[in-house]
Amino acid sequence: MKNEISVYVHLPFCVKKCRYCDFLSGVFDDDLVASYIERLLGEIGFYEKLIFDREIKTVYFGGGTPSAIPPSFINTIIKKLNGISGFGNGCEISIEMNPGTVNEEKVKAYLECGINRFSIGLQSVNDNELAALGRIHSYDDFLYAYDLLRKNGVSNINVDLMTGIPHETVSSAVRSLESVCRLDPEHISVYTLILEEGTVFYGMERKDLDLPDEDTGFMIYEETHRILKDHGFERYEISNFAKKGYECRHNIVYWELGDYIGFGAGAASRLGMHRFSNIHDVKGYISSDGLRLEEDLQLNETECMSEYLIMGLRMIRGISMRSFKKRFGRELKDVYGDIIAKYEKEGLLSISDDRLKFTPRGLDLSNIVLKEFV
Amino acid sequence: MNIQKDHIRNFCIIAHIDHGKSTLADRILEKTGLLTEREMQDQVLDNMELERERGITIKSQAVRTVYRAKNGEEYILNLIDTPGHVDFNYEVSRSLAACDGAILVVDSAQGIEAQTLANVYLAMEHDLDVFPVLNKIDLPSADPDRVANEIEDVIGIEAMDAPRISAKAGTGIDEVLEEIVNRIPEPAGSESEPLKCLIFDSVYDPYKGVIVFLRVFDGSVKAGDSIRFMATGKTDEVVEVGYFGAGRFIPCDELSAGMVGYITASIKDLRQTRVGDTVTSADRPCKEALPGYKKVNPMVYCGVYPADTKRYPDLRDALEKLQLNDASLSYEPETSVALGFGFRCGFLGLLHLDIITERLEREYGLELVTTAPGVVYKVHKTDGEVIELTNPSNLPDVSEIDYMEEPLVSAQIMVSTEFLGSIISLCQERRGVQKDMEYMEETRVMLKYDLPLNEIIYDFFDALKSRSKGYASFDYEMKEYVRSELVKLDILINREYVDALSFIVFKDSAYERGSKMCAKLKEEIPRHLFEIPIQAAVGGRIIARETVKAVRKDVLAKCYGGDVSRKKKLLEKQKEGKKKMREIGNVQIPQKAFLSVLKLDEE
Repeated sequence: MKNEISVYVHLPFCVKKCRYCDFLSGVFDDDLVASYIERLLGEIGFYEKLIFDREIKTVYFGGGTPSAIPPSFINTIIKKLNGISGFGNGCEISIEMNPGTVNEEKVKAYLECGINRFSIGLQSVNDNELAALGRIHSYDDFLYAYDLLRKNGVSNINVDLMTGIPHETVSSAVRSLESVCRLDPEHISVYTLILEEGTVFYGMERKDLDLPDEDTGFMIYEETHRILKDHGFERYEISNFAKKGYECRHNIVYWELGDYIGFGAGAASRLGMHRFSNIHDVKGYISSDGLRLEEDLQLNETECMSEYLIMGLRMIRGISMRSFKKRFGRELKDVYGDIIAKYEKEGLLSISDDRLKFTPRGLDLSNIVLKEFV
Repeated sequence: MNIQKDHIRNFCIIAHIDHGKSTLADRILEKTGLLTEREMQDQVLDNMELERERGITIKSQAVRTVYRAKNGEEYILNLIDTPGHVDFNYEVSRSLAACDGAILVVDSAQGIEAQTLANVYLAMEHDLDVFPVLNKIDLPSADPDRVANEIEDVIGIEAMDAPRISAKAGTGIDEVLEEIVNRIPEPAGSESEPLKCLIFDSVYDPYKGVIVFLRVFDGSVKAGDSIRFMATGKTDEVVEVGYFGAGRFIPCDELSAGMVGYITASIKDLRQTRVGDTVTSADRPCKEALPGYKKVNPMVYCGVYPADTKRYPDLRDALEKLQLNDASLSYEPETSVALGFGFRCGFLGLLHLDIITERLEREYGLELVTTAPGVVYKVHKTDGEVIELTNPSNLPDVSEIDYMEEPLVSAQIMVSTEFLGSIISLCQERRGVQKDMEYMEETRVMLKYDLPLNEIIYDFFDALKSRSKGYASFDYEMKEYVRSELVKLDILINREYVDALSFIVFKDSAYERGSKMCAKLKEEIPRHLFEIPIQAAVGGRIIARETVKAVRKDVLAKCYGGDVSRKKKLLEKQKEGKKKMREIGNVQIPQKAFLSVLKLDEE
C-alpha cells in the first residue's frame, strides 16, 4: 500500500468578514483571487517531488469561504492534485460553504469535480443571533442550501453550529440543535465562541456583546450533548458528532498526527516530525515565488509525543497505548505515568484495555489535563 | 581658579509637583552655557530613567554652573535639586540645609498647593531667603496677578515684582538669574575655622566607592586630608575632591567654605555616609556637629518575594545592590508559608516602596510578589515588653497584648470649596480628626487633619484625587504614636490560614474590610476542581465568607484544523498562568491576589 497523505487547501475569500472570526480570511477582489489560485497551483507543483508517490486520502477546502469563489478554481486545484498523486479509493473531499453563497450551479459543479462531503457553516437557526455574529445569511438561506444539496444527491453533510454567542439563551440553543437534528445531517460540529484578539467582538464591551453567562453556558453545553445523543449522533471528538460511519476522516488525520500538507496562505502541514506553516498573509503569500514559511519546526521525540496526546485525547475513544508504543518505541506509562495516575485519581482520565481516554467529566475539563502534557 | 566666597550662590528650587521645577533648572543650566540645547536631554537633573518617567526627583542632585551677571562679574551657581515627595522629607530638609536661598516656583494658573506651602515652611525653618517665580505665564488660564496676591497673603513674602516666566518656552530666565545673584545671600562661614561639612546625599560608584555630596560651611578639604564622619565616628582619608558638572564629576584641588561639591575616600558602605551627618577634620575637628541630623527610619513595610522561588538569591543580591545607593531601604529575610523565602523590606513611604519594587523588576529583571504594605505598630505586651511590629504574622497572641499603638500623621490638604464636603467625609472615613480649616481665598481651603498612617498608605492619594477631580493637594508629616483599637485580620483559603494575606486593621473596620477582602479574593482565585471557601477571621472567629465554586467546564471547543501550534499556544498560555500561581494547600492562588487588600476601595 502506498503511503497516504491528506491535503488541506486554504481559500481565505469571504463576502464579508464575520465579527468573531480570527481566521486568515477577508474580502478580496477578483484579480487577487486569480493570482492567489495561480500561486497556489504553483505551490502544489513545488511539492510534487514530496508527494508524487503518495496516495491522497482526504482533501479539505477550508477558509474563509471556499464557496465564495467560482467552482472552476476548485476544479483546477483538484485536477492538479489528482495529476500528481492520485486519489485513493473513497477519498474524502470536503468543502466548506456559507449558506449565503450557494446555488444549484455551484453544487452541480462541485459534485462533478468529485467533492463528496459538504460542510455548511450555519452557526445558529436564530436570525437575531446570526445578525449579531455578522453572518451574511439567514436560517432560510441555510434551508435552501441544505435542500439543494440533498436534491442533488449529497449524502454526507456537516452542519457547523456555534454556542456561547450573543443573545443566546438555553431555549434558543435548544431550538438551533433540535432544528438541525431534525434535518438529519450526517455530521454536526458544535464550537464555542472564543473572543479572539483582532476581531470586532474582542474590542467590544462585554455588556454590549450580551453573551450567555457561565451557568447558562454550562446548561447549553449539557443540553447540546443530550439532544445530539437523543438524535443518534455520537460524539467522537470534543466538539464533533456524527452518525455512524460519517466521522470526518480528514480531521481524524489531524488528531492522530497523520501526514498532511496545507496549501495556501497560513496553511499548516505535518510530515512526520516536520511541522510547518505558510506565511500568514494573503498578499505576502501571493508575492512569494518560492516558499515562505511562518513556522518551520523539526519536532523532537518529546514534542511529538506531547502532540500525540494533546491531539489524540480530543477523540472520545482516546489513544491506543499499543499505537503509542509502535510509534515512539516507549510505553505511554513510562513517559506520562505520573500525570496519568494523578488524573485517573481525580476521575478525569480512564484506562480500559488498550486505551487511555477522558472520562465524561474529564472531557468537560480537558484543558486542565491537556496542558499538563504540553 | 580662585573663587571668592561672595561670588558663590548656593540655592535650590522648591515647588509643588508639576509646577515646573525641573524645567526651570534645565533652563538655568542651558542659559549659563553648561549645556547646549543638543546636549540637553530633557531634565538633566532627574538622572534615573524612573525619575524622568514619573516626572519626580527621587535622589538629590547638584550641579555647578557659571553665570556672567549684568554687573560684568562671574558667579558660581550651585543648584541643589531636592526630592519632591513627602516620602523623602528628611532628604529635602538636608538639601535645604545645604543652601543659602531658595527659588519658589509657583504655577501661575494653579496657584499655591499643599506641597508649595510645606516646602516653603521647610525652607523658612532653615532660614533660607525665599523668592518667588511665577511660572507658566503662557498658559491661557494663567493669572499671575491673582497668584502673586495669593503668595503675599498666604505665605507673606513679597511677590508683586516676582519674575513672570515660562520655563517651558524659555522666557524670563535672565531675570531669574539676576535675582539669584542679587537676592540669594553669599555663603557665610570661614575658611580658617575647622572643617565642617554637611552631607546632603551620597551615591555609590563601583570604582570610586561612595561619592559623598557635601556643602562646606567652614574650613577646607583636599585630597590626602584625614576626615571624620561625626555620627558614625568613622575616619577616612580623602582620595578626591571635586564639583558637579552636568551629569559628571569634575575633580578640583580643594573645596573651601561656602562651596558645594563631593569627596571620595574609598568608602565601601553607603550606610557610613548618612545624609545629614557632619564631616570634619580628623586632626582638627570642629566643636559640634551641624544640627538636624537624624537616622531615618522606614515608615512602611511589606514582604517582597520572588515570583519564581528559585530566584531568591537574585533578589537578595539585587536588594544588596540597591541598598548601596539607597541607605533608607532596609530589608530582612523572612519566610512565609504561602510565599516561601523572601524579605520584609522597610521603606520611607509608599512611593519609595513603589520605586524600589519597580527598580527590582526593571533593572534586575525580577518578578515579584509583594504583600500588603503596613506601618510599624507598637505592641505593648502585658509583661511590659514593647514590640515594634512590622509583620502582621508576628503579632503575639491577644492574651499577651496589653494595648497597641499606631503612627499618626498630621496632614495638610488644599482643596477648592466645591469639593470640601467630599474631602471632609473622606478624611472622616479614614478616621481623621480635623485640626484646622482655613480659607486661603474665597474658593480654596486648607484643611489640617490628624490621620492614622495606615489609613493613608494604600489609596488615600488616589481617593483624594478622584473625589476632587484632581483639584486637591496633599502633604503630611509624621506626628506621633497613639493608642488604638487594632486587630489582626486573617484570611483562610480552603480552611488554610494564609499568612501573607493577614493585615492589621482598626477594630471597627474589620468586618467591612474582611467582607471586601473575601469578595476581592473570590474574583482573583480561579475555579478549581473543588469548591473553595474563602474566610476572613479575627482572633479565630470567622467574620466573612465567600465561596469559589468548582469548575465544571474548561474545554477548548474550537476548530483550529491542522494548526497545532495555535492549539498548543492556548494550552501553553494556560500553563504559564498556572506558573504565576502560588500553591497553598491544594489551591492555586494568583500572585496578584496578594495585593488585593490594596484595592478594596476600587469600584
